[in-house]
Amino acid sequence: MSDDQSYMTALTIRLEDELFAVEASRVREILDLVPITKVPSAPAFVGGLINVRGSIVPLADLRVMFGMDRPEPDADTRIVVMEVDIDGEPTIAGILADKVHDVTDIETASIEEAPKVGMRWRPEFVKGIGKRNGGFIIIPDMEKIFESPGGRSPSAAASEERSAA
Amino acid sequence: MNISDPSETFRQEARELLDQLEAGLLDLEQDPSNSDLINSTFRALHTIKGSGAMFGFTAVAEFVHDFETAFDRVRKGESEANTALIGVALDAKDHIHLLIEDPDAPNEGGEQILVALRAIVNGGPVEAPAPIETVAAPSAAPVVAVPNLADSAKRWRLVFSLPSDALIYGTNPELLLQELAGIGPIQILALTDRIPDLDVIDPEVSHISWQVDIETSEDPTAAIDDVFLFLRDNMELTLTPLSAPAAAPVTVAAPAPSEDAMPEAPYVPEPVVEAAPVAKAAAPVKKAKPAEKAEAEKPAATSLRVPAERLDELMDRVGELVIAQARLSQIAASSADLSLKTIAEELERLSSGLRDTTMGIRMVPIGTIFSRFRRLVHDLSGELGKQIEFITTGEETELDKTVIERLADPLVHLIRNSVDHGLESAEKRVAAGKDPKGTVRLSAVYSGAEVAISVVDDGAGLNHERIRAKAEENGLIGPDAKLTEQELNHLIFAPGFSTAKEVTALSGRGVGMDVVKRTIDGLRGTIDVTTTQGKGSTFTLRLPLTLAIIDGMLVRVGDGRYTIPLAAVEECVELPEGIEANAKGRNFLDIRGSLVPYLRLREVFGIKGEAEAHQKVVIVSSGEGRVGLVVDQIIGNNQTVIKQLSKLHSGIKSFSGATILGDGSVALILDTAHLVASGQSYVDRNLGRAA
Repeated sequence: MSDDQSYMTALTIRLEDELFAVEASRVREILDLVPITKVPSAPAFVGGLINVRGSIVPLADLRVMFGMDRPEPDADTRIVVMEVDIDGEPTIAGILADKVHDVTDIETASIEEAPKVGMRWRPEFVKGIGKRNGGFIIIPDMEKIFESPGGRSPSAAASEERSAA
Repeated sequence: MNISDPSETFRQEARELLDQLEAGLLDLEQDPSNSDLINSTFRALHTIKGSGAMFGFTAVAEFVHDFETAFDRVRKGESEANTALIGVALDAKDHIHLLIEDPDAPNEGGEQILVALRAIVNGGPVEAPAPIETVAAPSAAPVVAVPNLADSAKRWRLVFSLPSDALIYGTNPELLLQELAGIGPIQILALTDRIPDLDVIDPEVSHISWQVDIETSEDPTAAIDDVFLFLRDNMELTLTPLSAPAAAPVTVAAPAPSEDAMPEAPYVPEPVVEAAPVAKAAAPVKKAKPAEKAEAEKPAATSLRVPAERLDELMDRVGELVIAQARLSQIAASSADLSLKTIAEELERLSSGLRDTTMGIRMVPIGTIFSRFRRLVHDLSGELGKQIEFITTGEETELDKTVIERLADPLVHLIRNSVDHGLESAEKRVAAGKDPKGTVRLSAVYSGAEVAISVVDDGAGLNHERIRAKAEENGLIGPDAKLTEQELNHLIFAPGFSTAKEVTALSGRGVGMDVVKRTIDGLRGTIDVTTTQGKGSTFTLRLPLTLAIIDGMLVRVGDGRYTIPLAAVEECVELPEGIEANAKGRNFLDIRGSLVPYLRLREVFGIKGEAEAHQKVVIVSSGEGRVGLVVDQIIGNNQTVIKQLSKLHSGIKSFSGATILGDGSVALILDTAHLVASGQSYVDRNLGRAA
């Protein structure tokens, strides 16, 4: 762990074949896969709820936001429980990770802004791209992702229509 | 909130007492000769004064004292509690409230109120009460009445004995004596005459009294009060100026011999004024008494004040216990071990009892806020020049404290609405053949797991044409929208909606009803509006009894498990096979002759695949409406700890929360009110079209 501003301490996780970095300070805990309760009429990104030691926590799947395939969980699948600010309110949420690697320091100087073009995913969801051991690490912008319309449940309208029909 | 701050404690207590005072005054207006009411009003005043003085709110104590003095004539039957008096007294109550919230505020309004009060009580400004203030106003007494005597009393004899439980609570007499020594040079004599024989002595009880002679040029009363601040409830304490004639000891014994006899002494004007200077010299000592009496009057330890956070914490713990117990029950159920089953059942019974008790702690009678509305109606009646009878029933109905607190605002808006918009002016009422006096009823009753709170007026009723016209004007509805009466009534809850032609001080901005709607939604409650032209309107709020733990019915839909609040469940029936074929496209069940719409939860939740055979229908109700929920399986009952959904899911209306099941998985809780409402709009659409 480094308090030095020139490093960002991050937890690295793998989604599909890409490496992602989550600020270590916001990570609460890492869980093995637990039973997931589906929430009908919720968007695919936050389609589940899990029980984290007595609290009910929404489970998000970043792969939806990054347009990735969503294969069935395997032995490496983990849930990273973290704190995300939603509308300025700290909220506990879990995200699925295909694999959790390690906690590492990423040199701040090596982090570059996401290029506006030439990326397979939407640039506003990427805070920056860091380099390590010759590879790239994507630093997602959790707040933007969770506050985007796809991260929210639709307002009552859609489900209401269906339930009334 | 810092509970250990004594002045905050005083404020809290005083607010409650002021509420009592207000309720008493309003009752008195109805029943002016009721001496019980007068006495209880007087007691509330008296307690505020006493504790005000004790906690250093001198402005409060002085004002209340003067108020009390004036009011005393009413108590003695020399003056009548008429409407004018009540009006001024209510102003005085507001003034006290002001002084309590901001003790440093200028005391300007106070004098006017007192002048008005005295004028009413005495039928004009009378000389008699004047000297009372001189004697009793604490600061004025020694200076004005008997400056020389007070100054000359250089030696004071204090005799005191401690409450019998003082030692148990850790009081150290030695420290008290040291503190007394801080006032001035002292001589201490221990009075040992009350010490019992050794074989009967209780070593934890203080048997010794002390006689302390203090030399000080100043009046030591306040300083002595400070020393015994936390002990005065049950202790005996006598303070005598030694240079004054020995015949004038002032006994300040806490356990009052008679409730009514005690307060008489300091406030009855005549005897004090006419008494010898001795009595006046004693006055400063006496002022300590009200506080002690107020304390003594309260029955010991029948209630205690606990910060709400601690209760919330307790509730959380009980919630966790209930979840753990559910897991144990599940394990026990699949085990053959008889003793495990026994203990699991035992624990289930205990935790369910604990749950009920814990929730009971949070329950408060709704009457605690009803009294505020009486004042509101009283004031509105004056402002609008309408005669209003305000009737409340069901004050004893209990609701979760947080629910009650959040209810206050919506009820204010509903009552204002009824008084301002609902009730017509007296002339119009007479013209319509009604009693010129309008009636507004506020009532609360239990209905299932809900509490129904209604505001009923006998006014003109909602004007549907005007609502429709206004809604079209605002673009809320299209010009040819077909609306049911209920939908039309609900338009008044739209933000910014008001049919008032002009904005008055009271209403017309279209904010109030929006507040009502949002608050009630936030409490998972519903609002019903019914109205009859020319006869009046009824607004009914239905609220869940508690927000924390409920009994639930666990059902399965697809592979998902869901909880339905048991209180909302009316009955469960089998879905008749082949109902689809004869339904002609309409989803209705015939439940003993009445048509109940049903929703297939598989469709509502978008679950793919064929429905299973032998589906069940759970009939749930909310308010007047009923709806059948078609599920795959009914699993059973369980205790459900409600957890709120995060912001990420709060937009989904079908669910009011989630809970953790015995096996640790999460189940969503169905929002029956919402489902019934969508079932009801289905009925309206289908039957409306058919009719």
